[in-house]
Amino acid sequence: MAAITSLGETPLDAEPQRPRGLQGRRKRRLNVFRYVVFTIFGAFFLLPLLALLRMSLEPAAGNGGWSIAAWKQIVSYSVVGTPSLISRVVITLELAVITGAAVLVLLVPTMIWIKLRVQWISRTVEFLCLLPLTIPAIALVVGLVPIYNWIQQRSVSALMLFWVYVILALPYAYRALSAGLNAVDAKTLSEAARGLGASWFTVMFRIIVPNMRQAILNALLLSSALVLGEFTIAYLLLFVNLQVELYSISRNTPNASVIFSTSFGALLFTFILLIILSYVGRPRRGRM
Amino acid sequence: MATTAENAARPAWAGRRLSAPAWVGVVPFLGYVGVFLVWPVAIVVWDALHNKNGALDPSTLKYLGDPTVRTAFLHSFELSIGSALFGAVLGAVLAYAVAIGNPQGFVRRVYTAASGVLAQFGGVTLAFAFLVLIGPIGLLVKASWYQSFPWGIGLIYAYFQVPLMVLVFLPAIDGLKVQWREASENLGASARQYWLHVGGPLLAPAFLGALLLLFANALSAFATIQAWENQIPYVVPQVINTAMTSEVGLSSANEADVLAVGLILMVAVVMTCYALLQRRAARWLR
Repeated sequence: MAAITSLGETPLDAEPQRPRGLQGRRKRRLNVFRYVVFTIFGAFFLLPLLALLRMSLEPAAGNGGWSIAAWKQIVSYSVVGTPSLISRVVITLELAVITGAAVLVLLVPTMIWIKLRVQWISRTVEFLCLLPLTIPAIALVVGLVPIYNWIQQRSVSALMLFWVYVILALPYAYRALSAGLNAVDAKTLSEAARGLGASWFTVMFRIIVPNMRQAILNALLLSSALVLGEFTIAYLLLFVNLQVELYSISRNTPNASVIFSTSFGALLFTFILLIILSYVGRPRRGRM
Repeated sequence: MATTAENAARPAWAGRRLSAPAWVGVVPFLGYVGVFLVWPVAIVVWDALHNKNGALDPSTLKYLGDPTVRTAFLHSFELSIGSALFGAVLGAVLAYAVAIGNPQGFVRRVYTAASGVLAQFGGVTLAFAFLVLIGPIGLLVKASWYQSFPWGIGLIYAYFQVPLMVLVFLPAIDGLKVQWREASENLGASARQYWLHVGGPLLAPAFLGALLLLFANALSAFATIQAWENQIPYVVPQVINTAMTSEVGLSSANEADVLAVGLILMVAVVMTCYALLQRRAARWLR
């Protein structure tokens, strides 16, 4: 939840060689404590993932032996009479891209405009952006049913989910963008540009936006990662995205190896997105 | 001020066009949020206060006292408080172990990055991962308690609660200054006294706040428990799911809406307390 945005931040004002004031013996004891803790937690976090990976490499779940059949099945698996698994993967990836783009289109110009011209509304907008954190998706979806009835009369494509995914992504995108925007001296830049005769459009897209590219990339990655793992809303609005498809395969064919390979693959993809983020998200050295 | 910049630029623009007030630029955003966030919530509240015939009838809220609903809220509370306490205590220990290491070190980098990823990792995949680790086809053990209500699912919840705790609590521990420890040692305090009278009280608001955040996090979680092997609807989100998918409810209330309002209120209260405690905790973080 609230936590993900702190991913890219580096620790502030933590002094190097922290246990400097401690005597050697206590320092050694602390080191033992640290390695015990790291080992136990490392095992707790790694074992489920390793089990998932192992299971995805079994010929048929639970039989022993090694095989990459389950990974090959990702492209070929389909239940008779329904679209194939890979088509769900594709539509989920499309949703991730569309949602990321839509969040940026909605938020970037609005936030810059607020910063430059309508500061008095910034608290309200911040509140609205963070509001989805306090409204459980399962509660939001109850109220979305009538709205989606209307949408589904026009299009039944699962891509229509992006309308509400934008809302889910707002808090994360907002915080990423606001960190980026605060690091730019937007007012001075815009005054300088306006003084030289630039239009507001130029100020926004040719002056401010290029200065917050990293924040924009962060917001994009966070929004996309969120979409890849979303289940609740799609499930209750009767759309089938990747997670819903995996869920229904697991309910119809328990222990089908393909659900382990696909979910591990999806997870790996999300990890990679977020690890990219933790590297590009780190502030450049010596800036301002 | 931005307005002075605007006034300075005025002469060049004056008379060229009628400019709309600046706040018009925010209208698209407000419209979007209005339609897809504020309106749905308004619908939920409206429907919760009206009965199935569409008449205003606050007595529908009595549905929250229905025995099955009460049980669901109790279960939700049990699971959320349990996994929040578990996650908060273990997460605090882990955060401390991370914090006392080298701030630029490899271990710290790995644990903070991994926490950011794992705190987000929930849902269907997480249920699968534990299914193959300790479930009926478990590779590690085939644990019988895997399907028991608070314990099995509680352990699964810990998987995203602990990393979330590390993320929110680490800055608080980093905020403890070495000088405070040194000062109390110079004054003759033992390690126990330091934690009891200095470190503990300083960290308490941050710890409580983080505990509340974890609690709210578990309250709203749905995907993981839905994809869990045990398919009995235990917690409120699952009961909302049942109420939405089976149209014929026994009571006159719009059950899903009433439940949703109950859940929103619970989470909102918890998150407000969290925000207040965070503000209190932030006093020492600068």
